[in-house]
Amino acid sequence: MRIKRDALLGFLMVLPSIIAIGIFVYGFIGWTGRVSLSNWVGLLPNYEWAGLKNYTNLLFNDPRFMVDIRNTVIFTVLFVLGCLILGLFLAVLLDQGLRGEAFFRSLFLFPMAISFIVTGVVWRWLMNPAQGSRISGLNLLFDRIGLDSLINSWHATPTWGIAAIAIPAIWQMSGYTMALYLGGLRAIPDDLREAARVDGASEVEIYRHVILPLLRPVTLSAMIILGHISLKVFDLIIAVAGKQLALDVPAIYMWTTTFDGQFYGRGAAIAMLLLLSVAILVIPYLYYTIRTEAEL
Amino acid sequence: MKRYGLMVLLLLVVLTVASCGNRTATTETDSGSAGEMSETTDSEGTTEESGDTSAETGEVEVFSWWTGGGEAAGLEAMIELFAEEYPDITFNNAAVAGGAGTNARAVLATRLQAGDPPDSWQGHAGQELIGTYVAANQIQPLNDMYEANGWMEVMPETLIPLISQDGNIYSVPVNIHRANVMWTNPTLLAEANVDVPTSWDEFFTACEAIEAMDKVCLAMGEQWTAMHLLETVLLGSLGVERYNGLWTGETDWASAEVTTALESFAQVLDHVNSDASALSWQDAAQLVVNGDAAFNIMGDWVNGYFASSPDSGGLGLTPNDAYGWAASPGTAGTFQFLSDSFVLPVDAPHPDGATAWLNVAGSKAGQEAFNPVKGSICARTDCDAALFDAYLQSAMDDWSSNEVVGSLTHGVVANDSWKSEIDTALGLFLTDRNVESFQSALAAACASIGACQ
Amino acid sequence: MSLRLNRLLLYLPLIVITLFFLLPLYVVVVTSFKSFDEVSLQRMWQLPSGINFDNFRLAWEQLAPHLWNSIKLVVPAALLSSALGSLNGFVLAKWKFPGADIVFPALLFGMFIPYQAVLIPLVQFMRTIDLYGGLPGLILTHVIYGIPITTLTFRNFYAAIPSELIEAARIDGAGMLQTYWNILLPISIPAFVVVLIWQFTAAWNDFLFAVVLTNPSNWPITVALNNMAGSQIIQWNVQMAGAFLAALPTLLVYIFLGRYFLRGMLAGALKG
Repeated sequence: MRIKRDALLGFLMVLPSIIAIGIFVYGFIGWTGRVSLSNWVGLLPNYEWAGLKNYTNLLFNDPRFMVDIRNTVIFTVLFVLGCLILGLFLAVLLDQGLRGEAFFRSLFLFPMAISFIVTGVVWRWLMNPAQGSRISGLNLLFDRIGLDSLINSWHATPTWGIAAIAIPAIWQMSGYTMALYLGGLRAIPDDLREAARVDGASEVEIYRHVILPLLRPVTLSAMIILGHISLKVFDLIIAVAGKQLALDVPAIYMWTTTFDGQFYGRGAAIAMLLLLSVAILVIPYLYYTIRTEAEL
Repeated sequence: MKRYGLMVLLLLVVLTVASCGNRTATTETDSGSAGEMSETTDSEGTTEESGDTSAETGEVEVFSWWTGGGEAAGLEAMIELFAEEYPDITFNNAAVAGGAGTNARAVLATRLQAGDPPDSWQGHAGQELIGTYVAANQIQPLNDMYEANGWMEVMPETLIPLISQDGNIYSVPVNIHRANVMWTNPTLLAEANVDVPTSWDEFFTACEAIEAMDKVCLAMGEQWTAMHLLETVLLGSLGVERYNGLWTGETDWASAEVTTALESFAQVLDHVNSDASALSWQDAAQLVVNGDAAFNIMGDWVNGYFASSPDSGGLGLTPNDAYGWAASPGTAGTFQFLSDSFVLPVDAPHPDGATAWLNVAGSKAGQEAFNPVKGSICARTDCDAALFDAYLQSAMDDWSSNEVVGSLTHGVVANDSWKSEIDTALGLFLTDRNVESFQSALAAACASIGACQ
Repeated sequence: MSLRLNRLLLYLPLIVITLFFLLPLYVVVVTSFKSFDEVSLQRMWQLPSGINFDNFRLAWEQLAPHLWNSIKLVVPAALLSSALGSLNGFVLAKWKFPGADIVFPALLFGMFIPYQAVLIPLVQFMRTIDLYGGLPGLILTHVIYGIPITTLTFRNFYAAIPSELIEAARIDGAGMLQTYWNILLPISIPAFVVVLIWQFTAAWNDFLFAVVLTNPSNWPITVALNNMAGSQIIQWNVQMAGAFLAALPTLLVYIFLGRYFLRGMLAGALKG
């Protein structure tokens, strides 16, 4: 009796959130899904049934969407890897008990406090691709300190321009990744390291064989969080490089085709595909997390 | 101790919940006047009082993307005039910056879909308005207003068809910009010993001389400025009649003439700075006056940027000395225009206020207040030339004497959907430079939009 | 190889990375003190000719009313979503009902949707419930889209707490709210700090929801900041001063509370 009442109470407690998310997430996704199956072009809603036309056009007949997929893959790989490597590196460095550790921790975390739009505007200046007499930004800095080999065209580089956008993104999110790893490192009992030391392992070996394997769950969480940020990246690219096809990604295509071009059906289809890719990334993770918890 | 801290925190939470509830209650009365509050806080008190009876007390909410620089100052000047002529109508300036991600458009679109239109909004005259808002039955014809104010007599004859559909005129143009202008650096041209080119062939010859001096021939910026260049090349290469035909279906996008024009465009791109995609139009224009580039093809807002004082964000340069201008190659005698204009929605919350605003926007006094500050010329042909600088005076002469054609990039000849398809095709072309697939994408865009079958 | 790595050597990469992190900040600060004719890409690394507060004054004039809007928006949004997240997290970790393990991931998925995709139904819904245009609608939006991350954080935090504590309280006859209030809330401060900071930052930096859901008089600072740029001429010095002002509150939060934020994260609050 008591258990039942408790369960009901608990359910009632969460119910408002369930309803809110039901409407604001699933209801709205449902609406978007419906629009994606319509011929809606123009300002006024038009729910005329179009079947999967918007999807097949995007996937089989749209060179722009192919550019988007390519850019997303490049950006995601570089951004996620960059954050993980830099974040882990910083976490390990700060885990050595250096003086001023607290200062450095806050410093690496502060970019998180800033919006992508502000970050983007500043990095637009820093990554100015001009060379020669008009050289500026980081290129100018490289020129002055003699690192000429580093001077490059940043996001104006043909084909690989999108890779440059990963730099400000890494700048913004690697501190957060560092914090996640620090949390993981601090959770590792000292006895484990001591035991390894007693066995004659070097510090490097300890990290490779003891610590890194234990950080795997943190890496997984970080990959999910960073991965979904990178699939949704939008305002950062716009702020750094404006709207140009060479740096197009699905979120930008969705926005411009919907609001600049009034292709609401197509925009909704892009949104659904984006959601689907996020779901493919996230659902196995959620399933895995809950399964492992249940086993504990 | 710890517990007390928590109690305080929770108390805060509870209080916020409560106060939030309160706020919800007060805003329910406000929300009747949603979107009608003025931007400045000091007038907030009065707008709140006006509440639901606002239609009687007289208000008007005008939506635009004029939030900075000369545009905002020009709008302010027009608002001042409005306040003098209609002291009983409160003016609410709902300007949202266009900037990144075209936010203004998205805001307007969501508001219209939610059934909450502003009383009047800004749009580029032509298909951007007609193909979007007339098609969705959102705006009304203004023929009566044109007749009552005698605007038919003061607007150029060739303009009216471009802002009309089936004999109905749909917007009040406040200003005119010219798109087909080529800005030049006279010193650099003299050094290279070249004349201002009047055709694309002359242009290519000039480029050889300029590039021999290790300078950029044509300065260009990000993708939309490439579309701007494309439309001037199309106009210069096809001529007025066939250019106009592109938008009515009379010129075949797959034809050999268009192929020639697109090949010229590809050739022009070969003479453009390599970092174009990273430059704003200001950056690109600046290359010309800094002596890094000889030419820049861009609308005449460049003049405002060059000539206005550094205090207002300009470069403070002297026209005809630091920079020169000419019609872009092959377009002499043609005025490729674009125009900011205002509309009257079908279900404006305050139709009287909206009408009053449009009266001011179309009036001689309104346009004379706005344009010298914004750096454009009047849509009307009877504005006082003495109010304008040297460049604008030359533009006024051309506006009343040249043949007028519409701009693509700035919404005159194609609606938003068509333009965005062209933009995609252009973006792909800029990465692969394949004329053939570019042309077939352009032809497909025309067919899918229904302009040519 | 020596057991102890050379400590001083460790500072070398640290300092290089520190420079990488500070570069953008340097540009913002330096530019915001320059006069307009000093602002050029070629001179971006140079120090301003003098300390010039005009830009800040100009930016402040335009931003001040919106700064207040942002505060009125962010404080309730952060508090409410944290409170909700805490209760949800408690129930989903320690007071489970049948189906709780389905509800949790279902709530969580909301974290991952691209918000650009829900703008149109969102605006229409807010119109329907008459919350369009004002701050309450925007607060509600932030609270709701904040539920997934706050719930996740608190649930993970509470999951690490021994269930015996809860059981003991139950046996003593404490009800759900009593258990929450007496047992869990007092130890939740680290998690609250993390979540409050997180939500504060998210709501403060949001632009997308604010620009489509509020009227000009209710715009928070991000929208006002965006409006300082026209489509014609951008006064970068004023813009940078504005960006600095707009980012200052969140920066201060991180500078002064960053330690607690990290401590909370280290305590496992945000470990996915």
